[in-house]
Parts: sequence; structure tokens; C-alpha cells
Amino acid sequence: MKTIGRLRGRLPAWSPRAVAGLVIVAAILLPFTQPEANSFMNNCVLALAYVVMALGLNTVVGFAGLLDLGYVAFFAIGAYTTGWFSSGFYTNLHIHIGVSGYLTALPGIHLNWLLVVIAAAIICAIAGIVIGLPTLRLRGDYIAVVTLAFGEIIRVFAINGHSIIIPSWVPLFGGEPLTNGRQGITPIDQLQLPGLKPFDQLHLRPWYWTALGLALLVLFASLRLRDSRLGRAWVAIREDEVAAVSTGVPLVRTKLSSYAIGAAMGGMSGAFLGAFLNTVNAEQFTFSFSIYILAMIILGGLGSIWGVVLGAIALTFLNYYLIPDVFNSLPSTFGLGVNLTDLSYGIFGFILVLMMILRPEGLLPERRHQEELAEGIGETEAALVEERR
Amino acid sequence: MTTTATAPPATAPAVRRPWIVREAIGRFGLIFLLVAPIVVFAILDLQSEGNLTRLSNNLFSGVSNGTIIALIAVGYTLVYGIIELINLPHGEVFMLGSFTSSQFLTAVLGIGLATSALGIAGGIFISLVVAMLVCGTINVLIEKVAYRPLRGAPKLAPLITAVGMAFIMQNVGILWLGGSPVSVPDLIHAQQTVVTVFGIQVHRSDLLAFGVTIPLALGMTAFISRSRLGKAMRATAQDPHGARLMGINVDTTITATFFLGGLMAGAAGLVYALYETTIWYFQGFEGGLLAFTAAVIGGIGNLRGALLGGLIIGCVQQTSDNRIGPEWTPAIVFAYLILIMIFRPQGLLGEQTREAG
Repeated sequence: MKTIGRLRGRLPAWSPRAVAGLVIVAAILLPFTQPEANSFMNNCVLALAYVVMALGLNTVVGFAGLLDLGYVAFFAIGAYTTGWFSSGFYTNLHIHIGVSGYLTALPGIHLNWLLVVIAAAIICAIAGIVIGLPTLRLRGDYIAVVTLAFGEIIRVFAINGHSIIIPSWVPLFGGEPLTNGRQGITPIDQLQLPGLKPFDQLHLRPWYWTALGLALLVLFASLRLRDSRLGRAWVAIREDEVAAVSTGVPLVRTKLSSYAIGAAMGGMSGAFLGAFLNTVNAEQFTFSFSIYILAMIILGGLGSIWGVVLGAIALTFLNYYLIPDVFNSLPSTFGLGVNLTDLSYGIFGFILVLMMILRPEGLLPERRHQEELAEGIGETEAALVEERR
Repeated sequence: MTTTATAPPATAPAVRRPWIVREAIGRFGLIFLLVAPIVVFAILDLQSEGNLTRLSNNLFSGVSNGTIIALIAVGYTLVYGIIELINLPHGEVFMLGSFTSSQFLTAVLGIGLATSALGIAGGIFISLVVAMLVCGTINVLIEKVAYRPLRGAPKLAPLITAVGMAFIMQNVGILWLGGSPVSVPDLIHAQQTVVTVFGIQVHRSDLLAFGVTIPLALGMTAFISRSRLGKAMRATAQDPHGARLMGINVDTTITATFFLGGLMAGAAGLVYALYETTIWYFQGFEGGLLAFTAAVIGGIGNLRGALLGGLIIGCVQQTSDNRIGPEWTPAIVFAYLILIMIFRPQGLLGEQTREAG
């Protein structure tokens, strides 16, 4: 780390921006080096979607310091938004807005994906506020448990949703089920943006660029938010809530906006993943998904935007490429009859523990967080020694 | 962080009014929430059947199921009391307790359905001791590996290692017995009715649950309130720095707390394995959350509260399983958890903690 710091001092001030720009250009041009559809491109699309998800969680956990263990709720709500508004799930309805080609002939609701993603962001922001409200008076691990409980409640509703019938006084949707439970809503419409034809699974480049566009949007928003008045207020309540309140930071608004913005980002990613994975299934929304995303931001560095991007990409490739394709035969070479893919969450758990003990600040740490962690460890021992003297 | 403390009570009566309402909800809301469904179901039962047999059966099996939850909840509450940390892998310790005891019974001791009654009873006792010791040791190791290096670090850090440890241990469970439920031989004929009192059926499994839990709970309460180590634990829970200055070895006390919590989880594991006769790796997560909710209902940090909370959650779970459907039970328990967190974070018997309220 010290060498990087020294390098930073010697290089001109614009160099980080130049590096960021080069990385972005390389990311835009990457599909041209690959065939139209292969597993590498597939993993890249997933990685970008997870970058969006991880940046959203980073807004809540990294910036504002509110440990949200129920982040999967926003994946679920975002994905269900896609499921409801761009599939043949509600067969009795015939609503088509901004879609073309074969989609116009299908029954159900089919909206242009741009409308879907905006709807997902808005619905998730509202859900984020609803989940955030009960945690306002709580701190620390109590927030973690309440958010976890909310995530589980949403999962129970998703699983049992096929038996929940929307009451008949609701316009349009009256008498229809809420979700399709464990069977899942499938197929989902191929993604369609205004002025373009629907995408298809054989040509992954449009999917990739859409995900990249989403990731860049969220990345830009994160960078701007971090340095804004709101972002500084988040960091202030993360560092010391009482001090922040007494210096005039509006606690309720600041906390709720962090929940809402983080949730909206998760919802956008969920809406994309719902369409890309072509199914919205209650089995996807487990507690372990929240931990998977949490592991990404811990690995990259809590609060550090570029670190989180790196962590999300690294863990996606670990999960979708290294574990199933590269290392899967490893246990059998040692004579163990296990499938490494079954143990992927154990590996994430191991990463969490290892990172927290060996390098709590993450791969690319945020400077302020690093200082805080460095001063935190061993504090009580030192204080006790002081007291004894 | 109470907003009420900042409101000047004498000068602003208009501000005070909602404060009184909130106080009333805080004091009686939880009790109301717990009693109201029972009253409603009692009235419904009286209307439809003319007696309360169904409800009393619900509550009885709830209490007997709740003893298992109470044993796990004790571990949460002790650890929270002493280091103010939710020991999330505790549910997984309970799961490993089930695995250890059932495997020890069948594979090591070779006890099956054909073994004589005395052999089964002795085997259960030996595997109870083994499971308790194993779980106690695992819990101590968790503390050594995941929490001790981070003592004094920001609150988020040990909580994240806790989550990580929980996942590692779930995977240990998957490696051990696979990813799907495994059946345990029904050694005690769990569903056999022993007596029927006022229509309440007492099964053999209930007797096992009470037989294991009540002595342990009594022993535990006595240990915490009477013994030297128990006093050290309470002192450390109140003020770790002060306790250390008084000559208490805080590290040993914390280790002992984790060991005691693990002992209880191991016992709960054995009872669960014989009670339900199926075990699987995910029972730790489910049971752990139920037990944590129980600890919070009773007032986290409070031993008697955890035992009471366990019984209450058991009743809520059984009633909901029987009346609303088991697929909705988690949502109902978690809804209770959230409501308690909002209106009475200190629980039924607990006092205001530094973190909540």
C-alpha cells in the first residue's frame, strides 16, 4: 500500500482519471475481442449486474454504515417487477407498451425494459424506506437482524405467492396471484430498449452494453454521491451517530435516503438479472445471496467504490468460472467425494472471516475507513493499560 | 437513542401526548400481541367445537418444542450479555450438536431400534454429554478464531466474521451429511402418547424435551447466580473494564461464556434430533433465528428472559403451524421480531441496552 501511496504522490493529478477512462474504454471495446456468445461473455454480463448490486449495497453498508443483511429483498422486488411487467404471467391481461416484434402478439403485460427498470427502481426505493423505517431507532447488529428478518419475510411471500390472490378491488390485477412461487415466472421477455429490436440470448453484446451502461450510471452516481453533502452526512453518521446529529445532520432523512438509493440500485440490477436469467423464481432469493453481495463489498473494501467494483467482478468470476470450471475437480484429486459448487458459500464465508482478520480494509481500501480500522483494533487493550497506570 | 429524552416534558404538553401513547405501546403492546391471538383462537375454538382441546394441544406442544428453542436462546443471550455481539453461528453450533449426537448414537455406540430400553437411555445420556462437550468446544473455537482478534474493532467487523463463520459451519454440515434431510432412528418412539390429560396428548418426545431441558435450565440459572464464575460473567457483562480492574480474568470469563452457550446448544441438538427424527444442515439457520427472536422477546442479555422467550416462540410456532400453515410460520415469527424491535427493543424482562431503544 505504501508504494501505491508514493506512486500517487509522483504521478500527475489527472492520472487516476486517465486510468479510469482507459478501463472504461477497454470495458466498452471488450465484446469485440470475443465471439457473439460464449461463457466468458455470459460471466461478464453477470459480473456487471453484480457490480450494480454491490454498489447499491455499498451505499447502505459502506457509506452509511448500516449493516443490511436483507439486501436480497431488493433483488427479489426488482426481479419480480420484470416478471410482472414483461412476461406472459398475467395471461388475462393484454398490455403492450413500447414493444415490437413477436412480443406484441403474446398475452400478458409487456412493457419496454426502460419503463420496467425505472419502475423497479421506484418500487425498490419505496420498499427500502419501508424496511429502513423500523431500523431508525436501532443501531449496529439490531439493524442487521431487522433487515435479515425483512429479507426472509419477502422470501416467504415469494415462495407462497402463488396462493396469494390479489384482492378483486385492485384495478387490472384483481384475482391474479402475486408470484409463481417455486415454479418461477418463466420465460421473461427478452430485453428491449426504446428504438431497438428485442435482444436474444444468442447475441450477448447488447446485453453486455446494457449492463455496462447500468453499471457506469450507478458508478457515476456513487462517485458523485460520495463527495456530495449527502455522502458526507452518511459518512458522518457511520463514524459517530451522536456527534453527527448534534452537528445538525438530519438523521431520519439521511438514513432513509441511503436505504432508498441503495435499494433502487439493487432493484435496477434485479430487473436486469430477471430478464437475463430468463426466470424469476422464489428459490433465488435466499439469505445467502445477501451474504454473497456482502462478501463482494468486504473483499473490495467497505465504502471504496473502485474496490467494490473489483470485489464484485472477482467474486462473480470465482463463483461462475473458477469454482465450477477450474477448481471443481480439486476435491476429487484429494480423494474427497464432494462437489466444490456445493461449498461456494462456505468459501465466501471463509473470505469474509479471512478478510476481516487479515485485511479488514479490503483490497482497495477507502482511506478514511482504513484509518478507522487501524485505530480501532487494540484500542481497548491500550485504554486498559492507560487506566491501570 | 430515544427521541423522548430530548423532548422537554414540562413545557411542551402537546409534544408529550404521543410520547405517552408510545410508552403505553412499548409497555403493553408486546403482551397484547402475544395474548391477542390466543384469545381469538380460544373464542373461535369455543364457537366451532365447544372446548379448548385444540388450543391447549397447540400450546402444550409449543411449550415442549419451545424448550429446545429456549436452550439455544440461552447461548445467544449469554454471549450478547457479555460482549454485546449477536453470535450468529450459534444456530449452526446447534445443528452440529444434532449431527454429533445422532451420529455418535448410531455409528459409534451402534444403538438402533433393537437395543434394550436401558441401553438406549444410557446411549442417549452418553451422546448428550458428548454433543454438549463438542458444541462447547466449537463455540469456544469460534470465539478464538472469529471474535478475539477483532476485539475493539468497529462493531461491523465481528458481525461480518460471525456471518462468515455461520456459512463455513453450514458447509461443514453439508460435507458431513449432505445437503438434504437425513432421518434419525426413532429411538424413543417420539410420537407415542404416554398420557392424555384434559385432551392434551403427552408424547414421549415431550417427556424427553422436559427431562433434558428443565434440569439444564435450573442448573444454568443456579450456576450464573451462585457460582464464582457466574458472578464473574455477570460482572463482565455489566462493565468489562471495571471487572478487569477488580481482578476478574475477562478473557477466561468470555471463553467460559461461549463454552456454556455451546453446552446448551449441544443439548438442544440432541433433543431436536430425537424429537423431530430428521436433521439437516439448514436446521441451524432456521432454529438459530427462532432462538434469536426468543432471546430478543425475553430481553437479550437476560437468562430467564431467554427461557421464557423460547417457550413463547415455541407456542407461536406451533399455533401458526397448526392454524395458518407451516409455510407462513417464518414470516409470522419474523414479523413478531420486527414489531418487538420497533416498540420494545428491551424485550419482556430485559433492561434498556446501550445498543437498542
